Amino acid sequence: MNFHPVDFYEIDSLLSDEERLIRNTVREFVSAEVIPRIRGAYRAGEFPADLVPAFGELGLLGGTLSGYDCPGLNAVAYGLLNQELERGDSGVRSFVSVQSSLVMYPIHTFGSEQQKSKWLPLLAKGEAIGCFGLTEADFGSNPGGMRTRAEKKSDGWLLTGNKMWITNGTLADIAVIWARTAEGVQGFLVEKETSGFTAKGIHGKLSLRASDTAELILDNCLIPDENRLPEATGLKKALMCLSQARFGIAWGAIGAAMACYDEVVEYTKGRVQFDDKPIASHQLVQEKLAFMLTEITKAQLLAFRLAKLKEQGRITNAQISLAKRNNVLQALEIARLARQLLGANGILDDYQSMRHMCNLETVLTYEGTHDIHTLILGHEITGLPAYS
Amino acid sequence: MKIIVCMKQVPVKDSLLKIKDDNSWVHEDELNYEINESDHYALETALRLKEAHGGEVVILTMGPERVKEAIKQGLAKGADRALYINNADFTSIDPMTNAKVLAAAISPETPDLVLAGLQTDDNGSGQTGVILAENLGLPHTSIVMEIEKLDNGIKVKRELESGWFQWIELPLPALLTIQSGINQIRYATIKGIMMAKKKEVKELALSDLGLSGADVAAGSTGLDFQKVYVPEKTKQALILEGDPKDVAEQLADKLKNEAKVF
Repeated sequence: MNFHPVDFYEIDSLLSDEERLIRNTVREFVSAEVIPRIRGAYRAGEFPADLVPAFGELGLLGGTLSGYDCPGLNAVAYGLLNQELERGDSGVRSFVSVQSSLVMYPIHTFGSEQQKSKWLPLLAKGEAIGCFGLTEADFGSNPGGMRTRAEKKSDGWLLTGNKMWITNGTLADIAVIWARTAEGVQGFLVEKETSGFTAKGIHGKLSLRASDTAELILDNCLIPDENRLPEATGLKKALMCLSQARFGIAWGAIGAAMACYDEVVEYTKGRVQFDDKPIASHQLVQEKLAFMLTEITKAQLLAFRLAKLKEQGRITNAQISLAKRNNVLQALEIARLARQLLGANGILDDYQSMRHMCNLETVLTYEGTHDIHTLILGHEITGLPAYS
Repeated sequence: MKIIVCMKQVPVKDSLLKIKDDNSWVHEDELNYEINESDHYALETALRLKEAHGGEVVILTMGPERVKEAIKQGLAKGADRALYINNADFTSIDPMTNAKVLAAAISPETPDLVLAGLQTDDNGSGQTGVILAENLGLPHTSIVMEIEKLDNGIKVKRELESGWFQWIELPLPALLTIQSGINQIRYATIKGIMMAKKKEVKELALSDLGLSGADVAAGSTGLDFQKVYVPEKTKQALILEGDPKDVAEQLADKLKNEAKVF
């Protein structure tokens, strides 16, 4: 079935030809390569890893970064790319977000020349996969409390600790690991062959099933000093990576919402109940559809403006929080309503909405929970932090 | 090998077409457009020939400003440059008129090969490509599925009916119309999209092609376009009665003289 995107406020007319072409290419790719197989991948609980070379070939990895075979997209194009991927599945978009914003971005921004030229071309082509280890089992919203430690030795750094909820963890060739040192939190590159390094898949997930989620165990991993990201000093640097990823999520959520909306508009026009009338003719159904269209349109305007602020170098973390917080919550609400409108059929994976709904529960929680973004905004408004 | 690929932009496949009140055409403002399906395959075929044998792929398209998007998509996939005929001052659904204009743009390029999609998804006449070959004085083959380069020309596989195929050898230059579904179409890459804006798109007006308004005037080729309308539903069922011999005779008579099927 063809996808019918939402463009109620003609935001398309604000896009450049290149931005539209990039969006359309990714849309075409998702329709042809992702959607036909995502149900199987979701059922199997496996990330469709064989898509990775195609991501690389198309140039979807590396986002706004330039040089080292990275695509050098502007913020709008990068946002649109995330939107289209998440129209397929949040897990697929998560892969690209992690690779681009949480692995390539810190290497590009905080890495040495040698680290950049070794890893970025491989990561951009999809020939290497990366993951980002910040969160720990007991330190999610409060990463500053992390227990993972890196100790300076004569022949490098000795890393010890556990990282939890790590996307791409078991697939990764390289992990960006944040650890506490005598000089504060620092970022390190840990290669998968490092002795003492293990990635254990987390199973039993009812959400993001087509995504690889792992626990990383660092049991006295000795890495050379050249694997320390020289400029990645201080927790703030880790949070800079998260800001990149959150920007992509604010756009991605729109894709998931549009997929649900499109599915349910078609469904309610075709589903007949009471006097042979389509359920779309009922007021309560129309109220839900009107809500969805309104929230998608608002989310599109937020995301577009946010991208323009990013391109002008005027974006703030609080602005990113507002967009991530709003767009993900509204996408989740749209997915829930879509599932409801699909009736009993909606609990089957013949339809996408419940898969998106389940995925978005994770998206609401990761990359800063909904409540943490509320507190970031509260801090911004009042100047008074309320995190603890 | 210098290859020209004729591409057309058509409304996306499941578009809801709304006919204008005066039945002159459909409302185009509300439609979204895409590259005609078999033209995609023509472009892919051209790109593969270029990759195997070297040369140049040039896109040729005609239409209003919006078709520049199709051109960019083609350039992003790997075509080297494009010729764009802006038809703001004339529109025609007449294959003969369109072929005349396209031929005028192709002639000075002296290509080795001209590829066109088999037919367009909107008008679907399947005529423009073959008339274009006649206008250019080129040998042509339609419904082509495979092309092999020979030392002195090409060998092509042509689709017949009922699963039958035909291999034909042609000298170059030649024109081929390409069947859909014959290869795996590539995606435009982001790198390709970024590079496309640096590629040449030569814009041509009728006067640049040595043509005037009279050459493309409606009805100039003898085709009289009357109106666009939704097919009218008619229900006609005739039940023949009588003994089987009479009924068979009546049926044969109607098939021969009314339906004219034999």
